[in-house]
Amino acid sequence: MSALNERSSESTGGTVYEQVQASPEFADLRSRLRRFVFPMSAAFLIWYLVYVLLASYAPSFMAIKVLGNINVGLIIGLLQFVTTFAITTIYVRYANKHLDPAAERIRERIEGAA
Amino acid sequence: MNVIAQAPAGGVGNPALNIGIFAAFVVVTLIVVFRASRNNRTAADYYAAGRAFTGPQNGVAIAGDYLSAASFLGIAGAIAVNGYDGFLYSIGFLVAWLVALLLVAELLRNTGKFTMGDVLAFRMRQRPVRAAAATSTLVVSFFYLLAQMAGAGALVALLLQIPNENVLGQGIVIAIVGILMIVYVLVGGMKGTTWVQIIKAALLLAGTAVITVWVLAIFGFNLSALLGQSVSANPSLTTAAGAEKLLGENLLAPGLQYGATATAKIDFLSLGLALVLGTAGLPHILMRFYTVPTAKEARRSVVWAIWLIGIFYLFSLVLGYGASALVPGGAQRISTAPGGTNSAAPLLAFELGGEILLGLISAIAFATILAVVAGLTITASASFAHDVYANVIKKGETAPDSEVKVARITAVVIGAVAIAAGILARNQNIAFLVALAFAVAASANLPTILYSLFWKRFNTTGALWSIYGGLLSCVLLIVFSPAVSGRPTSMIKDADFAIFPLANPGLVSIPLSFLLGVIGTYVGARHHVEIAKYSEMEVRSLTGAGSEKAVTH
Repeated sequence: MSALNERSSESTGGTVYEQVQASPEFADLRSRLRRFVFPMSAAFLIWYLVYVLLASYAPSFMAIKVLGNINVGLIIGLLQFVTTFAITTIYVRYANKHLDPAAERIRERIEGAA
Repeated sequence: MNVIAQAPAGGVGNPALNIGIFAAFVVVTLIVVFRASRNNRTAADYYAAGRAFTGPQNGVAIAGDYLSAASFLGIAGAIAVNGYDGFLYSIGFLVAWLVALLLVAELLRNTGKFTMGDVLAFRMRQRPVRAAAATSTLVVSFFYLLAQMAGAGALVALLLQIPNENVLGQGIVIAIVGILMIVYVLVGGMKGTTWVQIIKAALLLAGTAVITVWVLAIFGFNLSALLGQSVSANPSLTTAAGAEKLLGENLLAPGLQYGATATAKIDFLSLGLALVLGTAGLPHILMRFYTVPTAKEARRSVVWAIWLIGIFYLFSLVLGYGASALVPGGAQRISTAPGGTNSAAPLLAFELGGEILLGLISAIAFATILAVVAGLTITASASFAHDVYANVIKKGETAPDSEVKVARITAVVIGAVAIAAGILARNQNIAFLVALAFAVAASANLPTILYSLFWKRFNTTGALWSIYGGLLSCVLLIVFSPAVSGRPTSMIKDADFAIFPLANPGLVSIPLSFLLGVIGTYVGARHHVEIAKYSEMEVRSLTGAGSEKAVTH
C-alpha cells in the first residue's frame, strides 16, 4: 500500500486515496450509503426504544388480549422480529443495486492504478 | 428413572448417556479440527482462517458464537419462570444485529486485518490506541469467558448429577472442557474453531427445532393454547427467599422480572441499551468478519446470522412457555432444580423425549460452552499477540511466525486462567458478567468504532478518552452497583457499598463514552498523519480497495 501512495503522490501531490476521496463519484457513493444507513439505524433504534418503554411503563396496555391468549405485547414483540428481518432484506437489495456497482468501479480504478 | 426425576436432588436422565453423546460430538469435532489444521501456517490462516469461509458458513458460525449457554438455557429459563420478560430480553439480542449489519460489518472487513485494534488504530497513533483496544478486548473477553465457565459448573450439577458439594468432580469436568477448548484453538486455529461453531450451531438449531415442533404439536399448533396451559399450570411461585410471586396471567405481560420498582424499570432500559449497542462491539463477533474474502460476504454472513438467531429466539419462546406448561411442577420446579432456571430446556427435553432427547440437549449445551469459550480464547489471544506484542511491544517489527507463536502461548495461558476462574467462580452469582461484557462492549468499543469509521475530525485523544472512559465508568459503576454488594442476590452479600442504584451501567456509561470521544477529539491535537490516513481509511472502508485478500493454498 505504501508503494502505491508514494508513486501517486510523486505525480500529483496527493495519494490515490486522497484523489479518489475528492472525486464526485466517491462522494456520491458515500452519500448513498449514509442516506440509507443513518436514517434506518435511527428508525430501528427508536422503534426498539418505544417497545422497551411500552413494556416498562405500559404493561397493562401490553396485556390487552387480541386473539385468545395472544396479547398486544406479544404482537409488538413479534413485530420487532418482522421489522428486523424486513430491514435486513431491504438493505441487502439496496446495497446490491445502489452501493456494490459503484464501489466495485472505484475499487477497480484504484487497484488498476497500482 | 422416574424416581431419579422426582428425587429432591433433582437431577434427571442418565449421566452416562449425556457424557456418551457429548463424547461423540468431541470426537467428530476433533477429527474436523485436525483436518482443518493442515493449512495453518501463516497469521492469516491462524487468525482469520485464510479468509476463505463463505458468507453462509460464516453466518452459521456467528450464530454458533453468539448463541451462548446464556442464550440457549438462560432465555428459555427466563421465559419459563418470568414469562414475557424473558422474551423481551431476547429481542434486544436480535435487534442489535442491525447495528452490525448497517454500520459495522462491511466497513470493518474492508479496513482491518485481524483484530478490532486494526480498525481503531488505522488512522491514529498506533501504540496507544492499540494498547487501549487490546485492553478493552481482553476485559470484555475475560468477563464473557468467566460467565461461560461458571455456567459450566451449574450445568455439570444438572446434567451429570455431580452435586455442588463435590468440588473435585465438578472441577475435573470444568478442566476437561477447558483443555478441549485449548486443543481446538491450538490445533485448529480460526479455521478449526469456526468449524466447531458451525457444527454446534447446526446441532443447536436442529435440537431446538425438534422440541419446538413437538411442543406446538401437543397444542395442535395453537400458540394461544400453549400460553393458556402455561398460565393455568403456574398460578404462583415461591422464590428462594420465600416470597410468594403471582404468576398466572402475569406470565403473558411484561413486568414480572423487570417491572417491580421504578429502579427496576430504569435498570431494564439500561440493559436494553447495552444489549442493542453491545453486540456490534463484541471483539469475538467482530473478528469473525475477517474470516470471509470480501465485504459482500461479510454482509451475507450477517444476513444469515440474523435469520438464524431470529428463528432461534422464536423457538426459545415456545421452549420457555412449553417448559412451564409441560414440565410437571412447572415454573416452581424449574426455578428450584439444580442449575436453577437454566434447567428449563433440559427438563422439557426429558419430559418430551426421555433420556435420549435430554442426552442430546445436554451434549448441545456442553458443545455450546466449548464452542463459545474457544471463540473467545482465539479472539483474546489474537488481540494480545497482534495488538500488544507485535505492535505495542515490538513496534510492528516481528516475523509473522513469532506473532502466531505468541498467540498460541497466550491461548494456553487464557485457557488455564479460564479453568481456574471457572472452578473458583462455580455457583457464584455472576450472571451479571454477561450483561457487563455487553455494557463494556457498547461503552468502550462501539463509540470508537463508529467515530473512526464515520467522523473525519476524530483523533487519537478522542479514541483514548472514549475507550478508557467507557471501560472505567462501566467497571466502576458495576463495582458500586447492587449486582456486587448489598442485596441478597449480590455477589458479596455481607457488605453494602452499592451507591449506584442500577445493576446495569449502560444508561450512564454509553452516553458518557460517546461524549468523551467528542470532548477528547476537540482537546487533542490533530496530527498530519491522521488526516492523510483518513482518506485511505474512508476510501478503503467503502470500496474495499486494498483490503486483505483471501489466502489461496
